[in-house]
Amino acid sequence: MLHIYCPHCGEYREEEEFHCKGQAHIPRPLDPDNCSDEEWGNYMYFRHNPKGLHHEIWYHSTGCQKFFNITRDTVTYEIKEVYKMGEQPSVAAKG
Amino acid sequence: MSQKNRLLTGGRIDRSKTLKFSYNGRQYQGYQGDTLASALLANGVDIVARSFKYSRPRGIVAAGAEEPNAVLQIGSTPATQVPNVRATQQELYNGLVCGATNGWPSVESDIMGLFGKIGGSMMPPGFYYKTFMFPQSMWETYEKYIRKAAGLGYAPTERDPDIYDKMNQHCDLMVVGAGPAGLAAALTAARSGARVILADEQAEFGGHLLSSREKIDGKPAMAWVDAVVEELGSYPNVTLLRRATVNGYHDQNFLTVHQQLTDHLGDRAPAGQARSRLHRVRAHWVVLATGAHERPLVFGNNDVPGCMIASAVATYINRYGVVPGSKLVLMTTNDGAYQTALDWADAGREVVAVVDTRAKADGDLVAAVRKRGIKVMSGSAVIEVQGKKRVSGVTVATIDARGERVSSNAHTLLECDTVASSGGWSPVVHLSCHTGSRPVWRDDIIGFVPGKTVQKQLVAGGVNGTYSLGKVLAEGFAAGQQAVQNLGLNSAKCKQPAVREIREGAPMALFHVPHTKPTSRAPKQFVDLQNDVTAAGIELAAREGFEAIEHVKRYTAMGFGTDQGKLGNINGMAIAAKARGKSIPETGTTVFRPNYTPITFGALAGRDAGALFDPKRYTAMHKWHVEHGAEFEDVGQWKRPWYYPKAGESMQQALNRECRAAREGVAILDATTLGKVDIQGKDAREFLGRVYSNAWAKLDVGKCRYGLMCHEDGMVFDDGVTSCLGENHFLMTTTTGGAAGVLEWLELYHQTEWPELEVYFTSVTDHWATMTLSGPNSRKLLEELVEGVDLSNDNFKFMDWREGKVAGVPARIFRISFTGELSFEVNVQANYGQYVWEKLFEQGAKYDLTPYGTETMHILRAEKGFIIVGQDTDGSMNPYDLGMSWCVGAKKPFSFIGKRGLLREDNLGKNRKQLVGLKTRDPKVVLPEGAQAVADPKQPVPMTLLGHISSSYWSETLGRSIALGFIRGGHERMGETVYYPMADGRVIEAEICSPIFFDPKGERQNV
Repeated sequence: MLHIYCPHCGEYREEEEFHCKGQAHIPRPLDPDNCSDEEWGNYMYFRHNPKGLHHEIWYHSTGCQKFFNITRDTVTYEIKEVYKMGEQPSVAAKG
Repeated sequence: MSQKNRLLTGGRIDRSKTLKFSYNGRQYQGYQGDTLASALLANGVDIVARSFKYSRPRGIVAAGAEEPNAVLQIGSTPATQVPNVRATQQELYNGLVCGATNGWPSVESDIMGLFGKIGGSMMPPGFYYKTFMFPQSMWETYEKYIRKAAGLGYAPTERDPDIYDKMNQHCDLMVVGAGPAGLAAALTAARSGARVILADEQAEFGGHLLSSREKIDGKPAMAWVDAVVEELGSYPNVTLLRRATVNGYHDQNFLTVHQQLTDHLGDRAPAGQARSRLHRVRAHWVVLATGAHERPLVFGNNDVPGCMIASAVATYINRYGVVPGSKLVLMTTNDGAYQTALDWADAGREVVAVVDTRAKADGDLVAAVRKRGIKVMSGSAVIEVQGKKRVSGVTVATIDARGERVSSNAHTLLECDTVASSGGWSPVVHLSCHTGSRPVWRDDIIGFVPGKTVQKQLVAGGVNGTYSLGKVLAEGFAAGQQAVQNLGLNSAKCKQPAVREIREGAPMALFHVPHTKPTSRAPKQFVDLQNDVTAAGIELAAREGFEAIEHVKRYTAMGFGTDQGKLGNINGMAIAAKARGKSIPETGTTVFRPNYTPITFGALAGRDAGALFDPKRYTAMHKWHVEHGAEFEDVGQWKRPWYYPKAGESMQQALNRECRAAREGVAILDATTLGKVDIQGKDAREFLGRVYSNAWAKLDVGKCRYGLMCHEDGMVFDDGVTSCLGENHFLMTTTTGGAAGVLEWLELYHQTEWPELEVYFTSVTDHWATMTLSGPNSRKLLEELVEGVDLSNDNFKFMDWREGKVAGVPARIFRISFTGELSFEVNVQANYGQYVWEKLFEQGAKYDLTPYGTETMHILRAEKGFIIVGQDTDGSMNPYDLGMSWCVGAKKPFSFIGKRGLLREDNLGKNRKQLVGLKTRDPKVVLPEGAQAVADPKQPVPMTLLGHISSSYWSETLGRSIALGFIRGGHERMGETVYYPMADGRVIEAEICSPIFFDPKGERQNV
């Protein structure tokens, strides 16, 4: 079970309070109507599945109900950093 | 009754406290302080199991968690049965009832054993896969008998009467294992002021010192242990957990500790006590001081009862005062095991010989043994054991320096009843493996030690491949100091106690003792006793092409037992490596998963069982529903009235009566459970326009509108009515089950995509009690109780809402309808809910106000063709499929969620499954929900399916059955006939029609 620092609550909490919402940094296209099927398909369905660092969105569902980002190593499960929405990671995953 | 193997003195047992127990229906006695295993051995019980595959008799081999054979069924009643208990870890209590889990008619004389003997050579690895492969459909039948023969124990057949606890714990330092290393680490940290938890699986702290005759500071080792434990117990910052197995080591120093609180007292916990407690520990630092398991050697017939590991023999003698035989042959690859020969001799029984696989042995212990006049046979090995139900003798042969072959034909036969063997030690790396760390091979200690880790973890003592007591203590103190330093505390002084160093010669790396015959023809040489895996089987797996050790494991089943191969795995890997001409590090090791030892479901479930399994949610009017005989339905966690049967009424009769009341008089539904989200902010309206598929720009204050929500793929996922409470203030309703998901989804889009919009969401589901009046008389009834609202059709139109008072209570009244009737939804603060509800009934008696439940609500809305998201939709239906293009605002300026998805080619296709109504040819037949439509019921199987029935009811209003369902291209197929083939051979014929069966123009709700 992960031990997650919520950047909004300012505390470490157990993973049971959170859930993961998948890969982070996938902005919704600003003009969906003019996206090609391929562009829209990439936005909708295509995700990285890295062995190593991964940027993820997490939701503090039973806490402050805020979303934030985590950079996590999918091999060791280490949480490298936690940062708020709109911020950029300082540890970059490949791809 | 006699305990023929019990010594008169010595050990940590209390001979004044006799305990009675029964094994396989026979009565025995032991003493307080015994384990079940030591008591069985004291009584001379040789056979505790029949083996998994060959049904060979098996005896007790070890003295701890690694025991593969003495896995017993414990419990005196059908409710208190526990399977797979290691007798070596079960403390004896008075009245304990246990038995072997296999063997028929008994373990002593087992019929399957005959097949094992006859068929043994014909049961290679993969035997079951190869033999019981065809026909595939019979596998389940085969499996039942295979399982029964294997003897895996059985579950309780009655409800568990005990309670189980869970506890969350936090600490600076968690020390796993209270042997010398763990105690030293805990002491250092405790004195330094750290919050420490020390856990050990045994009843007493001390680890291997409990059975050691070594001295610390010139006194028996346990004197030091007692002093340390007493000191630790005096610190408020220290928690000592006895009988507590650290079963799992998870990410970021989260550990699960299974503490047995009463299993040493009886098979039921004393009244008011929890049987076990699962500690969920989050630790800043962890010291693993889990020690090591001794490896047995692999030799011919090494499974005959009487073959044990050397250290276990010493433990039974020193700790329990039990000598498990009369005449001992000890085989060893190292100096350490010589202590067992000394212990045996000191117990007054005969050591026939020490067989040392090394050509030369000259350590302190070797010298001590020689001095006692015990025969030492160097450069030799026990290649085969004689005896069936107990060892009767051994064959000893000389072997070459590398231990690969027997070097001479001259064999020595020795008469004995016990063979103790030691192939060295395997560090208990299990916990470190749980976190994903790969163990690393060390040639110097001939074993795997914990590898690199990302956890805040330190190791000390046996788990680190350090075995001499002085060094173990030094590592323990050092680990404690390191942890204290890492925690940023000042390390307190700890004086290292004095231990006399025992000089030891180099051990020999030997796993598999050679035989004069090739492995495949030699007597069976067992590697994994619990799963009957032999050296020959592993060599065969290698020959058959299984290269990766994980594949060898799965093919041979090595390490798959409840003991996870604690004794056998390293030997098996070494044999696999050798068979493939590779080194052990090249071959690698399999790893271990939680749990370290088996754990009961009760312990895992804790209090989350029965009534506490899941929270239940009740509406404010729940008490009334119960008092009025409602049957309930679970909707999410809510308990919703399903229908209200009157005395003698069937369910259908009740539904018919409720439906008639709603259509002809007035009826009322508790609609409190619908999700409600209060939405405020100057951009609230804009936000609604983006998340709903329809338009919201022009909804005036005082108006309500139905909305449909899609995911980005264009598929409907929720719906509900949203009302405009003020220019920047809306109340959204969602489906009962979807409420939490919708709120999260709104927050997701707001926080991640459109944070620039000023909008706030608050769940107010529980704040309001909602009661829906429906039927032609609903206005008349409500008018008698309402204040401040003109309910007339001109001044309070359909899809309006008004604020006023109902029965004197402030209320919001929404004129919306899910039944198609004139309908008012009254919302009051939840704590007034029951009051207003009862007032409505008082006033409504003259109109025969009838309560109705979810089932009638479903029927009434189906008559109107209104969908229920989650029943009629399954995440693959878009608004067009549902015939709801009127609810898609294609011209909205912002590309709402789902709009682009709806433009995908597949969503525009004509042949999609579309929502239609279905009328059975025979109006009395109600189609089963889930039935599949076909165009031609006579076509061959597999038939081409056109779509399924999603809702189907008897409509009392229409006097016939109705159904909603999906048909490919159904919107264009009105009037066509489709067929629903049933499992029983019937075929139900139905006509495709509009899903709106009743009042197609919608006039009734507007009166």
